[in-house]
Amino acid sequence: MTDTIRSHGAPARGPSAAAAVTTGSANALMRLTDPPMRAVQRLIGASRMPYVFLLPNLVFFGLFVFLPIGINIVFSVTGGTALFPSERPYVGAEHYARLLDCGSYLEAASCREDLFWRGVGNTLTFTVFQMVAMVLFSLVTALVLNRPIRGRGFFRAVYFFPVLLSPVVVALIWKWILQRDGLLNAVLTTAGGEKILFFVDPGWAMFWAVFVSVWAHMGFYTLILLAGLQAIPRDVYEAAEMDGTRPWRVFHRITLPLLWPNLLVVLVLVLIRSVQVFDEVFVLTGGGPGTATMMVVQYIYTTAFANQVQNFGLAGAASVLLGAVLFVLTLIQLFLTRRRAS
Amino acid sequence: MTGKLRHLLLARRGGASWHWTDVASYAYLALGVLLMFGPVLWLALSSFKTPAALLEFPPSLLPMAQSEVSVPGYPQPLPLFRVTMEDGSVRELAQVRRVGIIAQMVDPAAPGQTIRVPADRRTPVRHMALAVENYTDPLTQFDFLRFLRNSLVVTVVATIITLVINSMAAYALSVYEFRGKSLAMLGVIGTLMIPITIVLAPVYLVVTKLGFVDSLWAVILPGAATPTGVFLLRQYMLTIPRDLIEAARMDKASEWRIYARIVMPLSMPALAVLAIFSVMWRWNEFLWPLAVLTKTEVHTLPIALNAFQGELQTQWHYLLAMTVVTLLPVALVFAFLQRFITSGIANTGMK
Amino acid sequence: MAGLELRGIRKDYGGTAVLKGIDLSIADGEFVVFVGPSGCGKSTLLRVIAGLETVTAGDIHIDGTEVTRTAASDRGLAMVFQSYALYPHMTVSQNMSFALENMGIAKAEISSRVDRAARMLRLTDYLQRKPAALSGGQRQRVAIGRAIVRDPKIFLFDEPLSNLDAELRVATRKELAALHAEIGGTMIYVTHDQVEAMTLADRIVVLNGGRIEQIGTPLDLYNRPANLFVAGFIGSPRMNLLPTELVRGEAAGDVTGRAATLGIRPEHVEPCQEAEADLTVRIDLVEQLGGETFLYATGPNDTPLTIRCDGQSRLVRGDLLPVRFSRDHLHRFDAAGLACRPEPLLARSHS
Repeated sequence: MTDTIRSHGAPARGPSAAAAVTTGSANALMRLTDPPMRAVQRLIGASRMPYVFLLPNLVFFGLFVFLPIGINIVFSVTGGTALFPSERPYVGAEHYARLLDCGSYLEAASCREDLFWRGVGNTLTFTVFQMVAMVLFSLVTALVLNRPIRGRGFFRAVYFFPVLLSPVVVALIWKWILQRDGLLNAVLTTAGGEKILFFVDPGWAMFWAVFVSVWAHMGFYTLILLAGLQAIPRDVYEAAEMDGTRPWRVFHRITLPLLWPNLLVVLVLVLIRSVQVFDEVFVLTGGGPGTATMMVVQYIYTTAFANQVQNFGLAGAASVLLGAVLFVLTLIQLFLTRRRAS
Repeated sequence: MTGKLRHLLLARRGGASWHWTDVASYAYLALGVLLMFGPVLWLALSSFKTPAALLEFPPSLLPMAQSEVSVPGYPQPLPLFRVTMEDGSVRELAQVRRVGIIAQMVDPAAPGQTIRVPADRRTPVRHMALAVENYTDPLTQFDFLRFLRNSLVVTVVATIITLVINSMAAYALSVYEFRGKSLAMLGVIGTLMIPITIVLAPVYLVVTKLGFVDSLWAVILPGAATPTGVFLLRQYMLTIPRDLIEAARMDKASEWRIYARIVMPLSMPALAVLAIFSVMWRWNEFLWPLAVLTKTEVHTLPIALNAFQGELQTQWHYLLAMTVVTLLPVALVFAFLQRFITSGIANTGMK
Repeated sequence: MAGLELRGIRKDYGGTAVLKGIDLSIADGEFVVFVGPSGCGKSTLLRVIAGLETVTAGDIHIDGTEVTRTAASDRGLAMVFQSYALYPHMTVSQNMSFALENMGIAKAEISSRVDRAARMLRLTDYLQRKPAALSGGQRQRVAIGRAIVRDPKIFLFDEPLSNLDAELRVATRKELAALHAEIGGTMIYVTHDQVEAMTLADRIVVLNGGRIEQIGTPLDLYNRPANLFVAGFIGSPRMNLLPTELVRGEAAGDVTGRAATLGIRPEHVEPCQEAEADLTVRIDLVEQLGGETFLYATGPNDTPLTIRCDGQSRLVRGDLLPVRFSRDHLHRFDAAGLACRPEPLLARSHS
């Protein structure tokens, strides 16, 4: 009897009450799910069970990824305003032709679908500036954080926490600072300058779109680069020091080459995310002034949902083009990550 | 100068005494703290300001409000000013009205007598005042409590579904060898490349067909199966010794029981990382809910915030307070799990 | 408890055959040890019996019932893994009851069985500990306890002592022998350590290159090895194997005239007078163990010879020693490596 109590009664150093509740509910869930799953296993055999485990995820993937890709392609070659593919007349490559119909690809105004090309142009500008700024700042920050400094964890956290913020929150924080009577203009006027209407000037609007994106995401890339830096063995540096290598040479010949794989991954990740940028910029500038900061994704979203006439066909064709670009970029990323892993 | 800059770029310089590069590093980090924390702090401070204080330019740092006094004979409370009198003495007077450059003031102690003062001789008497109503009003008078609840429901339910179905798939792809496994892996990798951004309209169609438009399910379900989650969990499950699974099989455990009682408990660290990511994704998700949630009553917090700021007369005092409310849970989660999250990201390279 | 019957078991991985036709029958209550060098297929054979590997050809019967296609969890066998495979997230008690819960046994019955096994294995004080808080020997006993509570048809042991230090290994070996005497179940035990095999087994199955070389009681194998492989594998130090032409006179003369190799165990080589000697060897190394002495020597053509003497020896390196082989203990092997015996062979033919 005492033995029974010892093995099943409350142990002296037993789990906490919270853990007990968790275990309890887990057990209840187990009692509920085990019999049917056991019956399934008896019915189809243990060797076919992986399909059962895979099924729910595949259903979701099928419904919300694979099927939509197919529908998207159908959308892109059909016209009209109906949502259901069967009610849409076939138009062939008309949407693609409309998107690609340009007098000169360097001049958005010469294109039939000039908004799309403005979006492409803006996205390109955004991507180039953001890539340079993002890589530069996250690299410098990672290098500084990799030095033997006090409170590294704290500083790392400081740079990282905006990553977790909602893009809407990020945009609103900066919108509040950058508004006409905002903090930044207060600082400017106090310093003897003039107020600047940041969201009325196209150049400033694009600048702040890039700035806010870098502000929000650089912590993530810093973290990747920092992990790469910390993976470089210390003795490599010590050997270089013993050889009397000059500091700049150490960075150029040791740090940079050894960090290069991580740097490449960061570059491609920034590229992939920049091409899809939408949230922060949309809330910050609304795509304005005019269409100065309107990105491709905003064009797709507006064409499909926000316009008076919902043009799923045109949006679909634009998505397919964007998807093709992303596909190539992701393949490059996978290739690089795999090479880094091996 | 460039030589100094080069020095700054060096990794792992250390010494007993303070090198100037150490100073530069700390200066850089201090600037970083100001730049990263400053805006959020400014948001938090601003969110406690009254609408009048928000309109001030240049703005005050702390939430201030002008003091007011009730003066007998005047129905409204009057704003209080500190006035430098012609004889150089300083008095606190309440202002009745202002006409051009002359203000009509009254001494609260002697309300019978009106004093005329040039407007530039007075400065407002101010005190720190937290406009808590910025928070309470939207939560009580508007639907913000509902938006908060919607966001909570979406986050919690979607995270649970994600954890369950992703871990099941990861289990199948890590523990078993079966026909079609590489095809399934390919499918998962394939979905990595298809962000919802580019299939908005078709997913909208699917959701419509399923009858979920303008219900929270429309936001919960489409993103529930995440390829990143499957990858992360699979990578972790591959490290569980095969012996344990075979031992469980010898112990007459069904495959489901092996999943639920052996593999899941042992995958807790990876599940926790995925849970945090899922919470973050869902709490912050914007574009898809914006497209699919058209009715106000199903709006989540980010959508509600966006709608609020888009109105003609942006009510910044409410908007700022609600931004803080949206930000707070994430900030709290981060404060407690910072080390866990950062190491999780560094190890998995995902976001 | 039950008997086991294997018929023509073959197992291929891709193109390589790991088991090349195994026929074996094990009686109820028998303690059988599979022994052989690493890569001989002994572990694979055990896993085939367990149901953790499928067979390429052949069939398996437990208690007269064919189980070749039956899943591991339905065969009613228990296995002790080399790594112990204890569930790290469960306490000792939970580890031992897991299988019983899977079988749907009543709680009271489970706890009485767990307690009985715990008493038998001196684990009662550790029931609420997690495996990480146990010593290697205790973990080992938990792994055995997990099998005992099941009361399985057959116990399978996969090199269960190889992770223990030498002293503990000897102690646990004795405990295992006592355990078998006490509960009397059918046990199949895999090891590469021939001492374990000799001390534990009712019958030993010597495996090499995916085939059975010989089956027999420990002394059977020691006294009458069926071929060169078994002769060399069983016994420590190894049996001396000499080309026949090296040995003069009557020792070499064999009944059949087929012998190509002579085998003589170290304890059957005796120092003797020059005149009686079969061979004269030069001492290379003397190992004094106190109670006995091993002499490592070289004969003609650099043939190594090991000699075991009782007690202590005065010989030193470089001494010449005439030795004689005990006539009753000479083993003769033909050119194909098979023992030359008048009676029919027990093992496979090499042809």
